[in-house]
Amino acid sequence: MSKLSTGAEIVFKCLEDQNVEFIFGYPGGAVLPIYDELKNHSSIKHILVRHEQGAGHAAEGYARSSGKPGVVLVTSGPGATNVVTALTDAYMDSIPLVCISGQVPTHLIGTDAFQECDTTGITRPCTKHNWLVKDIKDLSKIIHKAFEVATTGRPGPVLVDIPKDIQFQKTTYSKPKKEKKLNGKRHNSFNQKDIDELIKLMSKANKPIFYTGGGVINSGPKASALLRELVDATGFPITSTLQGLGSFPGDDNSFLGMLGMHGTYEANNAMHDCDLMINIGARFDDRITGKIDEFSPKSKKVHIDIDPSSINKNVKVELPIIGDVQDVISSTLKTIKKVKPNFANSNKQKISKWWEQIQKWREKKSLDFVNSTETIKPQYAVQRLYELTKSKDTYITTEVGQHQMWAAQHYKFDKPNRWMTSGGLGTMGYGLPAAVGVQIAHPKKLVIDIAGEASVLMTMQEMSTAVQYNLPIKIFILNNEYMGMVRQWQELLHDKNYSESYTAALPDFVKLAEAYGCVGIRATNPSELDDKIIEMLNTDRPVIFDCLVDKQENCFPMIPSGKPHNQMLLGPKDQEQNKITGKGKTLV
Amino acid sequence: MSKSAYSTPGKKGKFDKHIIVVWVDNEAGVLARVVGLFSGRGYNIESLAVAEVDAKLNISRITIVTTGTPQVIQQIKLQLRKLVPVHKVADFKREDKNVIFKEMALFKLVGNISKRKKAFNACKKYNAVILDKTNKSYVVQVTALRREIDVMSKNLKKLGLVSVSRTGAVAMTRGAETFK
Repeated sequence: MSKLSTGAEIVFKCLEDQNVEFIFGYPGGAVLPIYDELKNHSSIKHILVRHEQGAGHAAEGYARSSGKPGVVLVTSGPGATNVVTALTDAYMDSIPLVCISGQVPTHLIGTDAFQECDTTGITRPCTKHNWLVKDIKDLSKIIHKAFEVATTGRPGPVLVDIPKDIQFQKTTYSKPKKEKKLNGKRHNSFNQKDIDELIKLMSKANKPIFYTGGGVINSGPKASALLRELVDATGFPITSTLQGLGSFPGDDNSFLGMLGMHGTYEANNAMHDCDLMINIGARFDDRITGKIDEFSPKSKKVHIDIDPSSINKNVKVELPIIGDVQDVISSTLKTIKKVKPNFANSNKQKISKWWEQIQKWREKKSLDFVNSTETIKPQYAVQRLYELTKSKDTYITTEVGQHQMWAAQHYKFDKPNRWMTSGGLGTMGYGLPAAVGVQIAHPKKLVIDIAGEASVLMTMQEMSTAVQYNLPIKIFILNNEYMGMVRQWQELLHDKNYSESYTAALPDFVKLAEAYGCVGIRATNPSELDDKIIEMLNTDRPVIFDCLVDKQENCFPMIPSGKPHNQMLLGPKDQEQNKITGKGKTLV
Repeated sequence: MSKSAYSTPGKKGKFDKHIIVVWVDNEAGVLARVVGLFSGRGYNIESLAVAEVDAKLNISRITIVTTGTPQVIQQIKLQLRKLVPVHKVADFKREDKNVIFKEMALFKLVGNISKRKKAFNACKKYNAVILDKTNKSYVVQVTALRREIDVMSKNLKKLGLVSVSRTGAVAMTRGAETFK
């Protein structure tokens, strides 16, 4: 008879066979048997967070920067409900997470037992799939399946809920089986005809554009390399969504910058006026399209996506190509080489007018801002941070708000998996725990969370995690004392009624850093900024950098809600801006 | 200028009635997954019928009557296909002559014999069967289309109808073929 293992042992055997190195978690009553087993599995390291949401975001940071699934371990009840935000975040941004949660023993389920909640019920809409393990015999099969579901097709979070009695019961462990098909869920369903059609459209186009997204990153580093080849082979301009940044070099001449609500003038106008839009791994999100009825009215649209349900969800397309980005680009390149080996050169003349037009848009310099010698402009702070760190292989995470957009606009990425930001869900408090996860995956690399003071306070407790594991993450706070994006919307759309967007009692971030046992640095004026950033970079410990920036700066350019791409608001150079008077802060 | 952070709604297309048939693994929570997908994404459910159809393979068949624009119907199918326990999804237009749609209803009729007989006769063209009979009452089973049952339950009120129980529609294609 083969050896019997407890449920808790089986959990770890599964994790070992799935090559899991790190678990982000927090113990509690209903997972104690699993925590008890931890000591017997030296290849798996547990990272103790300070809040389960932090565990989820750390696992997301780990997954996004490494390409491997992030693993989370939480207890029942509040442990599970606390992780819901992170699961939803991962679901929206297609990040592979495997969350294992404890549950009250099976005989207590449904009795409103202590720390009981309907975890699978609560997480059903925010996971790709979830399981409540009711029979120990199913446990190993379910966990292996969980990894498969999380990492195949369009990636996403899954959850396995394991009642405490199941963790104690014994059965034989079964290894993962290589399954060819995922219950009929195919990934590639394109054929050569689709590729030929794509190339036909490409050779007919006078005003083409590549619109690329997070799908390129999720497809793996090879996809990013192929994307660069594809842009070279066609000579087409390329723009990227927030999630796609890094898949194409940010400083390349073909790159028009980010598109969307806070995208560049040239990217958005090119999207509006193009005659061929090739969407590669993006999903026509509302922050990208603006007013849907007037979105890119004259273009033929191609949509390359691994998820069939992304096709025609928001925008109708002429040519859907369902498949893994890497495989689709690879087939496209092969066909171009075969049919039109000199495509880029022969096509140059045809799209030269288009490039001239793009150049005119570029001359607007839509990311420009009015710099100051007295106060640090947030854009300037990001620019200096970029200049001083671009020689290093830097990983950037962000929170959510103005600072996030400024980071996306002014920090230029040239590699995939270097940019971790909460796009779909827009989770304030994402960046700090995500930086913890990134640093775990890349212990020797520079990891910076470009943060806002409001966001970072939502998960500030994870500094304690960073200190415990000697993770030298840098929290670069653009501190304007406001929820900046809320304040900006209130200024522009709500008659400057700054309702509750000012934080009147912020902590002293330098002292806070010291209290956590890390290093606090403050920069108050532009002349000292560089020196302070260098001081931060030279500190081999976690740092909280309190960068006091202009309090009223707005993030431009901007497509106001309900407007099409060609009706952007540009920055202060183009429009009169009214400054807020002093008493607008805490009052109103 | 709009005061919402979200864009204004686009043009609405024409709504069609569709019958969506979903074959799923008969496991705990599967109906909640399907129904949750509809409510979570704002799709409509007019009626729902579900039961296990293959005990050996553990397959249930869910029949959902829904309305939506062609784009929404397409999304419903694609989103359903993404669910792990879903095997296949079929979609029939309500007007499709190739498909049979049926609902079953039970009517409880209370009253004197002549009134009840009158009521039963009114039901006759819908495969009416008396399932239970007392001095005062009938329980009558009919199978018909949704709108026919709607009309019946309205008309029978004056003939002593006191209670109605009805299923959601179930559907099957005509002829020898099955949906693959």
